[in-house]
Formats: sequence, structure tokens, C-alpha cells
Amino acid sequence: MAHWIEPHPTGIYVRPADAWIDPSLPQERALVTHGHADHARGGHGHVWATRETLAIMALRYGTASGTAVGYGEEVRMGGVAIRYVPAGHVLGSAQIVLEHGGERIVVTGDYKRRPDPTCLPFEPVPCDIFVTEATFGLPVFRHPDTGSEMDRLLAALHVHPDRCVLVGAYALGKAQRVICELRARGHHDPIYIHGAMERMCALYEEFGVAMGELRPATGVLAKEMRGRIILSPPSALNDRWSRRLPDPITAMASGWMRVRQRARQKNVELPLVISDHADWDELTDTIREVAPSETWITHGREEALLHWCMTHQIRARALALVGREDEDEG
Amino acid sequence: MRQFSQLLDGLVYTRSRNGKLDLIAAYMRDAPDPDRGWALAALTGNLDLKAVKSSAIGEMIRARTDPVLYEMSRDYVGDLAETVALLWPKRDDQTAELDDGSLSLAAVIDRLHGVSRAAAPDALAQMMDHLDSSGRFALLKLATGGLRVGISARLAKTGFAQGFGLDVDDVEQVWHALAPPYTALFDWAEGRTGRPDPEGTPYFRPFMLAHPLEADSVDLTDYAAEWKWDGIRIQIVGTGSETRLYSRAGDDISGSFPEIAAAFTGHAVLDGELLVKGEVQGAAEHGGAAASFNALQQRLGRKTVSARMMDDYPAFVRLYDLLIEGDEDLRTLPWTDRRARLEAFMPGLDPNRFDLSAVIDAPDFEALADIRAGTRDAAIEGVMLKRRDSPYVAGRKAALWYKWKRDPLTADCVMMYAQRGHGKRSSFYSDYTFGCWTPDGELHPVGKAYSGFTDEELKWLDRFVRQNTVARFGPVREVEKTLVLEVAFDSIHDSKRHKSGLAMRFPRIARIRKDKPAAEADTVEGLKKLVS
Repeated sequence: MAHWIEPHPTGIYVRPADAWIDPSLPQERALVTHGHADHARGGHGHVWATRETLAIMALRYGTASGTAVGYGEEVRMGGVAIRYVPAGHVLGSAQIVLEHGGERIVVTGDYKRRPDPTCLPFEPVPCDIFVTEATFGLPVFRHPDTGSEMDRLLAALHVHPDRCVLVGAYALGKAQRVICELRARGHHDPIYIHGAMERMCALYEEFGVAMGELRPATGVLAKEMRGRIILSPPSALNDRWSRRLPDPITAMASGWMRVRQRARQKNVELPLVISDHADWDELTDTIREVAPSETWITHGREEALLHWCMTHQIRARALALVGREDEDEG
Repeated sequence: MRQFSQLLDGLVYTRSRNGKLDLIAAYMRDAPDPDRGWALAALTGNLDLKAVKSSAIGEMIRARTDPVLYEMSRDYVGDLAETVALLWPKRDDQTAELDDGSLSLAAVIDRLHGVSRAAAPDALAQMMDHLDSSGRFALLKLATGGLRVGISARLAKTGFAQGFGLDVDDVEQVWHALAPPYTALFDWAEGRTGRPDPEGTPYFRPFMLAHPLEADSVDLTDYAAEWKWDGIRIQIVGTGSETRLYSRAGDDISGSFPEIAAAFTGHAVLDGELLVKGEVQGAAEHGGAAASFNALQQRLGRKTVSARMMDDYPAFVRLYDLLIEGDEDLRTLPWTDRRARLEAFMPGLDPNRFDLSAVIDAPDFEALADIRAGTRDAAIEGVMLKRRDSPYVAGRKAALWYKWKRDPLTADCVMMYAQRGHGKRSSFYSDYTFGCWTPDGELHPVGKAYSGFTDEELKWLDRFVRQNTVARFGPVREVEKTLVLEVAFDSIHDSKRHKSGLAMRFPRIARIRKDKPAAEADTVEGLKKLVS
């Protein structure tokens, strides 16, 4: 089945289109699912991606030559019909739907099934081959309701008015989602952000994601930040940058926070289980829903998902793509 | 259950002691009765449940989920209770997992108390279905015995005392007159009744402590001199029918040293040093041989102890003071009188488990200084100076007792690795592993230190680590082997744990030797000559 696409350690090659999906090495023709660095690399000759993803790539790698493909729009390439369908992961994220010779293949990139105010929801597309991620592909990963996690964040803030809550959140996607979720819960105070997030937040605003008042966390007196929420990339949580803050409660928004030792290793006091990836139930429910005759697993805890597929009479294989999960996300 | 499971989660994630105390205090004030009493029992290690075996929990989860997925999950998570808590399938009628509030902590304890070992897995499973993952984790920790949230009984009691504005030593005094769920304690804390009467129970009395000696000398006609033994300070409290042992922090350590508790059947309160018997050290001149602190460490922190451990590391107590004899409180008497009473008390004790800390016979302070300087006994930390007319009073009172520690040993070592600290130091590389040279010209680690430097020096060291990193291993950075640290330590021992075969006691950074080339740092061979 489907001799026209080939998984390689460095990406998925679509032969009739002579194009690569999320290649980890520079390629002449690249189809990119979303803007995270482990999927969108710099240096490609020509990129096909959503308008939002192209803007994110331009911000990160300078201008790249690219063709914007709208959700639902069809592009034909060497006899392959290609569509970009919302993946619900981050702004602009897409599943790439490929049709050729009567076969349909869906490459999800990264995805989740729960609502996210910063991007369009995942659309399930029935297919012959479903190429899925498995970042949280173990049954211990069951993300709780986002609202209850946000409530815990706000409660910590209100109990300690003299401190601040420093939330480690990935600069592309998670940070903006956390801000929007806070706004949706009626938190309209200024939110302070690390310098590394400023341009990405501005880009989200340009695409119509309203985030209320954001202020830079640098050059501000510690006392002004008392009782405030501050967002930084996870790498800055325990670094020199955080020394300026007034006795911060260290929080982290990530699916990994479900496991206690993971949180403790990172010195996190307030673990918030908020993920941009599908949890175990979402992964298995999605496979059932799109009902492929074959499932390919790109990266993550693929062993466990592979085992689950086998016990549910679903043909599956692990692709072992290199260089995924490089970004400090989840 | 949710309140309790949230408390446990908070204690797991909170690093600072004050933060933990705040959490415990708030819980003790806010949680309902009798839940909070059971929680206090669990936190202080006084919950006596027949433990469910972890194998039974493994079976329970295998029956409910794919065993292969369970094994994979357990490999990933590590901890059994946490794996099962996370993996537990949610009920079909639930859209999201939740603690439905139907189980109170008291109900859980009640259920676990009554259930037979055979019926325990079913009872547990029924309860698991009503809890969220935090609640399931708390339940499994309770059921398997041992919460392991990194707090001592003393800290739990301190948190309780803080919650009601009480003095923890007052709580400690009445503690043994009470039993879980401590209704009388909460009644007293909230002013409904008077203070429970501790009479006849083996309760802890606060220790008398010493200031470091800063004066150049003291007059030995006013002060008696004793060796300061390098074990752990211990209080023996016997009521005649029951004996308890307390650490300096007031933790009940009777379970770790059952042979000592069993050997004391008197009605008295004594203060002494817990030591492990040694081969030769100090036998002649100091009255009885004691091994170095390393040997004692094998026995510390154990909830239960095997016969083998007791044989390999036999413990005894070297007595310093007699606080109470029978119904008579001696604490207001001068030290001289208490000492005479202690000496008279000795013959009634098992000589195999108890001996007397000798008074050092020195005509004047200079002679004492000579004796102190000439001592290389590993079990001696220094000299104690006690005012002959001093009563036994709680805490550190000026000019009554002094500790005059032996001058530390020092070595010039080379920084090899650095790791970030915790809490306020979490952004600083503040824990340093350092090494000395082998004859082959390699550096072997000889110790690790995270104190001794000033805040300014810490900033400088942090910058050095960041600018001289050559490799990273998770949280650890390997640095260029160029910086010499003068390390002070109380003593050094043979150790199988380190590649160099050495382990330092109380290492701290004495000076940063920016002036010294790394090649001129000390050698492992040189350090071995200091082994006591």
C-alpha cells in the first residue's frame, strides 16, 4: 500500500510530488505542518504551509520563499492532491491530507483535540494511512480539564499577593494559549512576558488573537510585579533571568507535569498539566475515529501506541524520525 | 480526601521549609475533624495500618489494564503508586476524572483499618474509583505505609503548632499522652479544653545547646571540660514502663535503635551522644571506643532495623547529663550536682549500651588547648565547656555552655562539576564537586560542598561555572579544571562510595584560590594521610 510515500529518518518523502513533509534537513520542496522548530527548519528552497506558519517561519528564520495554502484549499503537485486541515496544535498548525491513486494519507504533524482559543480545532479526516505523533503515548498521560488547571494558577496568585507566579510556557503556542485562557476566566490584569516571547505574541495579535495588556518583564521594578503573572520560556525558569522577580512561585504549563518527578526535577512548585499534544485517550480515540487501515507513528512514546494498535487489530508501524521533541515543549 | 491529597501534593512540590509549614498550618486549621487528626497521624508516622503489599497493588492494576502498557508506564514513571494512580481507568460514567467527594480521609482510614489483607485489594479498588489521580496517589501511599513527602514528624508538629499559635515544645510535651485522631489536641489548640496532661508519658524535653566559643580562653574553675563526641545527640526518656529516644530536633527515633530503647528500663530522662562501637579509637584515654560518624550513618534514618545491622553497627550511648530521675526534676540544679547524680546513676545501667562521657582533667586552659590539639580521634569533634553552676535550660543561653570544635583540616582541591541549588539558590550553580590529583595526573572527586562562601563569592562562582562549562549532564555542568578551592572539613574517612576512596565530613569552601594554579592542588595520596 502507498508506495508513493516513503518515511525516512529525516522526514516523509512524497515521491510523485517530489516534496518532503517536515524535513529535518534543508530540502528543495518542503510541506510544513506547523511552526515549531522540530517540524519547521530553516534553509528550504520552497515551502508550502499555512499563512500563519509561513509568518512564524519568517519571524524565526528570516524570509523564506513560500506559498501560503489556506485551510481546505487544494494544491496539486505531480498528481497528488494536497490539502491543509486544522490540527488544533498551535496557530496555523495543519494536518496535511494527501490523495493519489485512490488512496488518502493524513500526516498530522502535532495535534490535540481539546479547545484552544488561539487556533482552529482539529478536524478528523478518514483515511487509508494515518501518520500520527505519540508525544504522550502512554496511558499515564491523561490531561485534566484545562479550566481546572487555570483555576489552580489563579488561586495560587490570590493566596500570595506579595509574590508573583512565574509560568514556564513554550514561546510559540503555549504562552499565547495560557494568556487567552486566563483572559477567558476574567483575569484582565497586565501579564508580564519574557523578551523571547514578545515578537511571537505580537504576531499572534496580528493574526487576530487578542491577548489584552502584555508588558515586558524586563526593566520593571520587582514590586510592580507583585501579585502578577509572568510568562517565560521553560529554560529561563531557574536561570539568572528569574532573579529579578519578587519571590516567584514557579509554575510550568506542560503535559509532562502530570508526572511528579518531572516537575520536581525542574524545581516546579506549581505544575500545570496543560498540553498542546493529544493525550493517550485523544490519540487512541482519534485513531478509532479516522479508522485507517494502517497507522504510522512518527515520534514520542511510539512503543506503547504501537502495542495498543496491535491489540486493537490496527496495522501500525513506528517511523523513528530523528530530531523530534527537540523543543522544550509539551 | 481532596484536601488531604492537595496537601500532600503541595508538600511534594514545595521546597522551602516555611512554605511547607504554611501548608500544614493552613490544613490543620481548615480541615474538618477527624480528618485533620488522621492527617497529623499520617504525617508524623503514627498511623498504624496493616500495610497492603505492593505486589497486591501490581495485581490490582494488571487486572484492570493491559499488563504490557502497565509495565511500559511503570518503567517511564518509576514509582509504583504514582504509576497506578495515573493509570487507573476512569469510570465509564465519568467524562473527566474527579474526586467526587464521597470519601473523607477518616472514611479511608476506617476502611483500611478494618479490612483483611485478602480483601484489601478489592476495598482499595472501590475507593480508587471515587478519587482523582492525586487522591489515588495519597490513598496508595497510605495503604502501602509511608507517605515519603520529605517531612519529619517534628516538622509536621511545628506546622500544627504554627496553625494555632502554639509553641511546638508544648505540643511535644503533651504528644505522647494522646493518640490519633488527637481529638484532645485539637480541642486544646482551639481553646475548647485545657492542656492535656502528659504526666506518666515519655515526652520530649527541649535540649540545652551550646554557643561556639569565641573568647580566647575561659577559666576552668568556672567551666568543666568534656569531649564533644561526633555522633548524634540523643535524649532517653523512660517512664519505667516505656522508653523513647528523641533526636535533637525532637523526632522519635526509638524505632531506629530498638536495642538502646530495650536496654533502658528506668524512670528517668538522660542526655547523651549516640555512637557506634569502634575498634580502637579513644578506648584508653576517653573511656570506651567509638567508631567514626560514617559507621553511625549506616544506622540513621531507618524506620526498622535488621538484626544484622545491629550486629554490624552496634550502638551505645555516651551520657552527658541527667535531667530527671524518678519524679524529681534535676534541671534547676547546677551542672556539678547533676553530674554527681549522673555518676551515681550509672551503675544501674547496662554497661554494654551506656557509658559516661569523661570529664577532661586539665589544670588550666592552656593545658586543655594542648590536649585538644593532640587529639586525632575520629569520634571527637572538639571540646565542650560547661559552666559548673549552669542549670539545664532549653536552647542556647549565653555563657552557660560552649562548644570548642577542633580546628578543621583543609585541602586545596580543583572544582570539577557544579550543580544548581534549590529554593533561593535555584538559579545559582552552588553545589560543587571537587577533586584531587592521582599519581597518573587525573583528578578524582573527593567531596562535594555547598556552603562556606559569601553571597558575593557565590555570584563569582556561578559566573565561573557558566563561563567555563565544558559539558552538561542533565542538571550538572562539568567545568574546566582550572579553579582551586580551599576546602575545610572536620575529618576524612575511607569510603567505598567515591572513586578516590575517601569521604569528607562537613566539607565547606573556605577560600577561593584564584591565585593558585590547578596543577599545584593537593593529591589523593596526601589526603589519605589525614584519614583518622
